[in-house]
Amino acid sequence: MAGVPTKRPEFRNIHVTQILGYRLPIAGIVSILHRVSGALLFLIGLPLILWLLQESLVSELGFERFLVVLAHPVTKLSLLALLWAFAHHFFAGIRYLLLDNHIGLEKEAAAFSAKIVLVLSLSVTVVTAGRLFGIY
Amino acid sequence: MSNQRIVTGAHYGLGSWLLQRLSAAVIVLYFLALLVAVLLLPEFNYGNWATLFANQLMKVITLIGGIAVLYHAWVGVRDIYMDYIKPTGIRLTLQALTVLLLTGYGFWLAMILWRL
Repeated sequence: MAGVPTKRPEFRNIHVTQILGYRLPIAGIVSILHRVSGALLFLIGLPLILWLLQESLVSELGFERFLVVLAHPVTKLSLLALLWAFAHHFFAGIRYLLLDNHIGLEKEAAAFSAKIVLVLSLSVTVVTAGRLFGIY
Repeated sequence: MSNQRIVTGAHYGLGSWLLQRLSAAVIVLYFLALLVAVLLLPEFNYGNWATLFANQLMKVITLIGGIAVLYHAWVGVRDIYMDYIKPTGIRLTLQALTVLLLTGYGFWLAMILWRL
């Protein structure tokens, strides 16, 4: 019986309990956030935007009500979360369209563009947050 | 492998893949057009906002953009179901509910626009 190979850990389908111990590259972070942001946009974004559009267009009174709803801190925070989701989904999506066309496929370029996606979506969110909460 | 057909998948993958990208491009174009249109408004008030959407061309463009969003959401959500929901019955039920919901959203959007 020569050398039964020692059991080494295998990562095939990652289980939830392994997520924290798994080293996800930055492109992987952008990827999973693309999915999370998409789910958020579907679950909350679509009904909320449709409702807000309806309120804003139905009448002058509805528009005023829409502005009041917008001014509420809870709405602002929800819209900021959705704005982040949209911005991330938007920029990451453009990155995927470029990758599909074989632009920036190399390891360094792909990691760099992933970083750009994170920076852009967070910047848009932070800048809008400052504007919404009247810092400037 | 058996010959049994998988009810929640029928080799439409490439078509979905391509349409997901086409709808994404339509959404980007619509979003940029809307952004420009709103920035060009002399002032953000009800009159200007409603006039913008009362325009027939704007209604049609918005409906096209909306349909692109709904189709895009369908492909994306279906991908999520296919990855995490393994029992066929539950997956099929969720897919059916999602189709109903998204179709409803489409009619809702049309109603909002053409009531104007």
